[in-house]
This record gives sequence, structure tokens and C-alpha cells, in this order.
Amino acid sequence: MGSIALKSVRKAFGAVSVINGVDLDIKDGEFAVFVGPSGCGKSTLLRLIAGLEDVTSGQVLIDGKDATNVGPSKRGLAMVFQSYALYPHMSVRGNIAFALKMAGQSAEVIDQKVRKAAGTLNLTDYLDRKPRQLSGGQRQRVAIGRAIVREPKAFLFDEPLSNLDAALRVQMRVEIGELHNALKTTMVYVTHDQVEAMTMANKIVVLDRGSVAQVGTPLDLYNRPNGLFVAGFIGSPTMNLIRGPSAEKRGAATIGIRPEHSDVSTTAGEWPSTVRLAEHLGSDTFVHAEADGIGPMTLRLEGEAPLTAGQKIFVTPREAHLHKFDKDGKRIG
Amino acid sequence: MALKQSTGKRIGVTVVAWVVAFLIFFPILWTFITSFKSEIDAIAMPPKFLFFNWTLENYFEVQERSNYLKFAYNSIVLSIGANVVGLLIAVPAAWSMAFAPGKRTKDLLMWMLSTKMMPAVGALVPIYLIFRNLHLLDSLFGVGVVLMLINLPLLVWMLYTYFKEIPVDILEAARMDGASLLNEILYVLTPMAVPGIASTMLLAVILSWNEAFWTLNLTTTNAAPLPAFIASYSAPEGFFWAKLSAASTLAIAPILILGWFSQKQLVRGLTFGAVK
Repeated sequence: MGSIALKSVRKAFGAVSVINGVDLDIKDGEFAVFVGPSGCGKSTLLRLIAGLEDVTSGQVLIDGKDATNVGPSKRGLAMVFQSYALYPHMSVRGNIAFALKMAGQSAEVIDQKVRKAAGTLNLTDYLDRKPRQLSGGQRQRVAIGRAIVREPKAFLFDEPLSNLDAALRVQMRVEIGELHNALKTTMVYVTHDQVEAMTMANKIVVLDRGSVAQVGTPLDLYNRPNGLFVAGFIGSPTMNLIRGPSAEKRGAATIGIRPEHSDVSTTAGEWPSTVRLAEHLGSDTFVHAEADGIGPMTLRLEGEAPLTAGQKIFVTPREAHLHKFDKDGKRIG
Repeated sequence: MALKQSTGKRIGVTVVAWVVAFLIFFPILWTFITSFKSEIDAIAMPPKFLFFNWTLENYFEVQERSNYLKFAYNSIVLSIGANVVGLLIAVPAAWSMAFAPGKRTKDLLMWMLSTKMMPAVGALVPIYLIFRNLHLLDSLFGVGVVLMLINLPLLVWMLYTYFKEIPVDILEAARMDGASLLNEILYVLTPMAVPGIASTMLLAVILSWNEAFWTLNLTTTNAAPLPAFIASYSAPEGFFWAKLSAASTLAIAPILILGWFSQKQLVRGLTFGAVK
């Protein structure tokens, strides 16, 4: 069991307010991802859940019980740090066993659990090595191993993949996803990478300047962003946001259209544009265009579109996929 | 980036370094040589450097007249005992300053350092009177407490700079792993800080070993360490240079050997934080 609930949680460092009243429910077994630009407070929020920071006001409930004044060692949560934070003077075995030792488990139980965790994470051959003798990916696995042996109520991940190279990051992302499927334990994961958020989460929490901007499943956020911030943050390449007459005639201050949701023609359409750059990926073509009187626009066309820089095109958004926002940046309809 | 130096310049620098090192070492060397001279040779003018009758007589006489081992024992107990106790206080203090600092931590550190700026003699009379009234004069416990207290600011400062180098993530990981504060300090912080703690301890032991002001003023016989042993050869019959040298050599030999073997740690300890 590992549900986590935050009730009007605020955190201020001196006069600077970092988290401004967050209410949040993470259900048992959920994979929740906190995402947002740097400085939005996502790591602080995770540390408040962990108990590594004290809340200024509000409540943290773990399994329905008030844990606001419970120390990090007593909350029954495990955390994987961005820097791995392995104990450099202990072997891999020592690192994984540490929490069990602290919990006063017997030597046989510890040995058995360490072996099991090492087996799951392909670390069996490295148990007697020191962290400095491991590669980045292996260190990350040790950090995860250290977390899973404890059978915690929930796992907290603080940007765990940001120190890995791109290929390894994709591999570890899959491994963490599989781990969640196997363990079915609650996971709270912090990242600034919205691709990680979209691919891993059941529930995404988008944070903006210390407040929750929107909570929902990845596709909820993708299909129905509740405001300009989430619309611009989720999705890659980002949504095209357009102001002016095109928006006004549709009864909005701003309209948004994702790169893949426009039709492109060389003869006629709503927005006459000029191709600045076409990126041919084989499966898709990304077109960076300059729309007359509107500005830069990104388009995603399926397959190999025969477009070249300087070419004149016409872009027409598909009405069903248009997002409309009012003058305060809130979603309409 | 390494500076390219000509061979001539390198030889010059090497010669200068050796000359400076020799000048610094000379008093110890001279004491050592004098300890093997007769009293007459010891005050001969011009001084005799190597060509005299080498004798061990002074060492026998010194051992006969005063019990070297007793003083050495006191020195060991005081310098190690005082600093082990000091360390037990300084490690948690440095932990809190490095990892859980308050608004006034910096001021507190400066204040602790400032106590080292006051001349010791300023506190002599009150401490002497307190010791007399508490019957602590000439007791290992009493002198040990003073030696511990005068090194404490140094211990805290050095440990503080070492601890600052340790990533706080690792301590937080220990907390998340369910470690209590004591276990965090015992099993995670201390092992990682062992080189720092060792060089701090080494320096503190050397300082306590050589401490003469308080040991001379607060002890007479029972708790007197080696500095008192040396001092006993300077008065009141006048100076007996050869015996004084023999006593000094005996007194500094253990710490000199310890320092020689641990010079790497010592240098690292003294330059820590300054060189990155």
C-alpha cells in the first residue's frame, strides 16, 4: 500500500515561496510524474514528500496517515537521486544491503534479498565492486537496487536519468517502466523531460512556478491542455500558438494547433507560408515555416514530403484539433 | 598547466628548497648532535659539528635522573585522550554546522576561531584558581580537559571544511534508507571522512604533544608530560646543554617519527580546501 496525498502544501525558503499550496492525490500503484521547467518546484515537492524538507504549512499523508512531522527515515519511502548518491566506501552489496541492515534484518534475509535484487537488475557479477568501478548505467541500477530491496511504500525518483547518455536513458526508461509493471508499487518521478513524462506516467502533474498547472493522463494533457502553459509545455515539437485575426474569428484570444494537425498544400489554404527548413527523418518530415503575418510555425508531415527551403506552401489547421484559449490563457470549450 | 622550466632554473630551485629545508631542520639536527656530546663539548667555542667524542652518557643520565617513560606515558595519554574526546564532540558539531546550518552558524564558527586569538596567559590566573579549588592541578584529567578545549575550535573547523566537501545527497540517501542520525554519522559520514578525520587528529595530537604553556603551568609531577621533562633540565642549576638536548631528543622523537610517516596526510590536511 502506498497512496500519497498532499493537502494545501506550502514551502517557503525565507521570504521566497517555492510551493504555493499544492493539493494532490497519488493513488496506490500509480506512476506519477512531476514535470515542469527548471525552477518550477518539482524537486522541492518530491523532497517534501520524502521528508528531506519540512513543509511550511499543509499536510503530507502517506497511506492516509499524517506524515507531515515524520522524519525521512520513518516514512517507508525509497528515493533514487539524480547523482545516484551511492555510498562510495561500500561495495555494491553493502550499498544494497544498507537499508536492510538499518532495519535490523538478519544476515540470511539480507543476503537473500540482495541476491534477488541484484538478479533483477543484472548486478550479480558486480556485487563486490565499489561504485567508482561501475559505469553510469550500473551505478543507476545500484541506486534502484538499493531502493527496491526495502520493499518501500513508494519509490521517489529525482531526475534519475539526466546524467546518462541518450541511448542508455531510453534503455533505463524502459527498465524502470518494466519494474513498475512488475512491482506495482507507487512511483513518483521528477523530470524536466516531457518525453520521459509522456512515456512513463499514468498521471502527469505539470508544475508551473510552484503551483499545479494541470493533472491528468499523458493523453489528457496532450489532447486537452487546460491552458497556454501546459499547451506549450507538453508535446514535442511544441504546439503552434497563434494570436491575431485567425484566433479572433474563432472566438479566442489565442488558438493552438499541434504540428501534426495541419494540412499542407502547395496551391491553396488558410495561411500562406514560406518553408525555412525541412528536416527529413524518413518516417516524418518536420517543416519549419514562416507564416505570413503570423510568424514561425512547425509542421509535422507523415512520410517523405518533397519540400525545400524557400518554397511557398499553404497551411490549413484541422478544426477538430484546434485548441482555443481566452485572454487569460485558459482553455475555452 | 605545467610551467616549462629550463634545467638551470630547476637546479636552482632545488638547491634553494634544500637550503631552506636544511635551515628549518637545523635546530633539530643540532639538538640531536649535541645530545651525544659531553657537557664540555656542548659549549665549546667554536662549536664542534661532527668531530668530538660521541657518547650515550647523557641518555643514561637523563633516564636515571628522571623517569622518561612516565612523562612519555602522560604525553601519550594527554595528546591522544584529549583529542579523542575532542573528536567525539567535534564530529557532531561539525556535522550540524556543515549539513544543518542555522542563521548564525557562520558567526559561531568565527567566534570559536576568535577564542584562539586571545593570548593563553590571559586565562591563566582564573583557570589556575579554578583548578586549585577543584583539586584538578597536576591531574591528567584536568590538563586533558584544557588541552581538549584549546584544540576544539581547530578540530571543528577542520572537520567542518572536510564535511563541506561531502555531497549532501549521500547523507540524504542514508536518511531515506532508514538510518537514524547516529547511524548516518557512524556508518556513512565518518567512513567517507576518514582521511580528513585522520589528518585532523594527527595535527591535533602533534599540537597537544608540543603544548608547553598549560602543561608547565598546571602540572608538577603526576600529570607532567614531556615538555615538563625538557623544562626540568633548564633550571635551577643552570643549563646543561647536552642533557637538555638528550631530553629534548627523547621528547620530540616519537612525534617526529609519527609526523615523518604521516606527512602525506598532514600536508593534505593543511592544504585542504585551499587547493582544488
